Amino acid sequence: MRLEMGHIYIKDIQFAAESKIEDGILYVSEEAVKAVALEDEKIKSVSFDIAKPGESVRITPVKDVIEPRVKVEGRGGIFPGVIAKVDTVGEGKTYALKGMAVVTAGKIVGFQEGIIDMTGPGADYTPFSKTLNLVMVCEPVDGIKQHDYEKAVRFAGFRVAVYLGELARELTPDETKVYETCTIKEGMEKYPNLPRVAYVQMLQSQGLLHDTYVYGVDAKKIVPTIMSPTEVMDGAIVSGNCVSACDKNPTYVHLNNPVVHDMFEQHGKTFNFVCHIITNENVYLADKQRSSDWTAKLCKMLDLDGVIVSQEGFGNPDTDLIMNCKKIEAEGVKTVIITDEYAGRDGKSQSLADSDPAADAVVTGGNANQVVILPKLDKVIGTLDYVTKIAGASEETLREDGSLEVELQVLTGATNETGFNKLSAR
Amino acid sequence: MAKLKVVHYINQFFAQIGGEEKADYPAELRVGEIVGPGQALTQQFGEDAEIVATIVCGDSYFNENLEKAKADILAMVKEQAPDVFVAGPAFNAGRYGVACGTIAAAVQEELGIPAVTGMYVENPGADMFKTQVYIVSTKNSAAGMRDAVKKLAPLAVKIGRGEAIGASSEEGYIPNGVRVNFFEKERGSLRAVKMLIKKLNDKPFETEFPMPDFDRVDPNPAVKDMAHAKVALVTSGGIVPKGNPDHIESSSASHYGEYDIAGVMDLTEETYETAHGGYDPVYANEDSDRVLPVDVLRDMEKEGKIGELHHLFYTTTGNGTAVASSKAFAAEFSQKLKNDGVDAVILTST
Repeated sequence: MRLEMGHIYIKDIQFAAESKIEDGILYVSEEAVKAVALEDEKIKSVSFDIAKPGESVRITPVKDVIEPRVKVEGRGGIFPGVIAKVDTVGEGKTYALKGMAVVTAGKIVGFQEGIIDMTGPGADYTPFSKTLNLVMVCEPVDGIKQHDYEKAVRFAGFRVAVYLGELARELTPDETKVYETCTIKEGMEKYPNLPRVAYVQMLQSQGLLHDTYVYGVDAKKIVPTIMSPTEVMDGAIVSGNCVSACDKNPTYVHLNNPVVHDMFEQHGKTFNFVCHIITNENVYLADKQRSSDWTAKLCKMLDLDGVIVSQEGFGNPDTDLIMNCKKIEAEGVKTVIITDEYAGRDGKSQSLADSDPAADAVVTGGNANQVVILPKLDKVIGTLDYVTKIAGASEETLREDGSLEVELQVLTGATNETGFNKLSAR
Repeated sequence: MAKLKVVHYINQFFAQIGGEEKADYPAELRVGEIVGPGQALTQQFGEDAEIVATIVCGDSYFNENLEKAKADILAMVKEQAPDVFVAGPAFNAGRYGVACGTIAAAVQEELGIPAVTGMYVENPGADMFKTQVYIVSTKNSAAGMRDAVKKLAPLAVKIGRGEAIGASSEEGYIPNGVRVNFFEKERGSLRAVKMLIKKLNDKPFETEFPMPDFDRVDPNPAVKDMAHAKVALVTSGGIVPKGNPDHIESSSASHYGEYDIAGVMDLTEETYETAHGGYDPVYANEDSDRVLPVDVLRDMEKEGKIGELHHLFYTTTGNGTAVASSKAFAAEFSQKLKNDGVDAVILTST
């Protein structure tokens, strides 16, 4: 499969009478995006705001972060099975609005949403302090069930992102990158001497605010399968989860999966990037066994020499991670895993809930229990009403001077386990 | 900033007194003297610190007269009242390494003066003392002096000034079991790709997180007579009375709750809920018995299958909670359970 990614750099976002992109400036008609968000009757009201890097702004409770894209050539559309009709994506031409994101926020669903700070120490940890953010704060209709509310906000974010992506359809990208993978047979013929490697991505699938969707299918209900690594660039995988906010993959991360991108850099040079394998992290033991058996089986059937496994979440999924690693290694496939740690505030506790000697090559996104003080910022988009209740906060979180004492856990994307950041620990 | 005062500890060999034949050289304080490796340290300290005294002690003397040697050296250090104590580096010299670790740990523990040493990772002193004092990782022989001093001197200055100490890979000390965050130069995915390429090519690679030795707990023998047993419920699933009166955190709990269920036959949507932020709370909030099975145990109590359900239950959120915290909670409430004559506990997780 061959996908051409056209990057359109967004330098600024401004509200205007008409939505358009001109000279790298995204003009947004508030009226138009509101109408798009309110298409769902479960959303009572929505307000939009803009947060720029360096501004004294705190966004919370954050649910998802999405990069607007548009499919300009080839099969299917962005977010297949979710927004676009079901069709296999990952080939042709796609444009992305780089340097910006749509951030969904609003009243809390669980205890589980995150914080994005645009300045200060929090901004050093969350990758979304570096993007121009169009933030949508959604208010649900009264009496709505939590699952329906979560879904309504999730879809509203995708609709708005697709609406903005469409504005780029006729533009000329500032930069174009080509991603191409081979079929199994082509790859073997073209790179007979290169090791065969794949990316095993574990998708969070533990329930409300812990779900992920593949072509619209709840990842709890999949068995491990293979994809072309370009499919995610068209939104084949979307997020429905944000707890603990630090190590869940917002949709932005799926679209820009760093393991996929960094493996492509080596494709045809040091190894043959054969495919992207996806698996889930269900809570039942039988599911864990089945899924890890299958990932190992797929690795074997594809005659792989090595894989990188990325985790999503912690605790319960640590067992899936270790089962995957152990079983894949047992097939003679060399494995590197990416995780993060919960070593306690003092860094002295066991970092993972499971371990095995087979996991001898680990990359870590850092200790999520580390405490950080987030100073009071001038403006809050969303609400601080829940700030003492979200995962990583406590009754003592809100201090007298208005600053927040929290664990890194609360910061969206801070210890991401696809290796999105530079944070690590020793 | 004033220069930090340093007391430096070395053995008879590095003081150029002699080798094995002089290893019984007793502890000696040389005020105002910079001896052997002290020269290299002094150079590296620059304007930040100065050695005010050197203590020389033979390796056999130290290890064979441990208590006396320790006491004598501690008295010497105390008298000099330095800002920081540096021992070694000992490289791969076993007895010297143990002496450096022992005395550095003692200075820190008993005199409250920060201390640092350096040695080769396989020196027995490293394993013995790495969790007590910072030990700079050195090469296995004195040929690595330059490299060792380059790490030892700045770390001594940082420790002496009470500054925050970074991760082991940044500061050059042997990992001490305390995980410290820092920013790498490359993002995690790229580090993973590079590690995989090394692993594929059978080249040495360094894991960022060595797998820990796991603390496994063997279950107790089965309770023989359940019909007369007093059973208690304990959960890490965060079930609390509605409103979470003790504000148990949704993740990384700082405490546990103890609640009375005397007379409670069933946990209902109106009376109980979960505080846990790590799983879908909807079903636990609808019926908390799904996590803390009070209703079923009341039935069993009535049917005579169990003696009685203990009137208190203990609860916390396991989500993101450090093992050390969980252990501390359990140590405390296990004692209460024992004192209350509980025979068996059903521990539910989520």
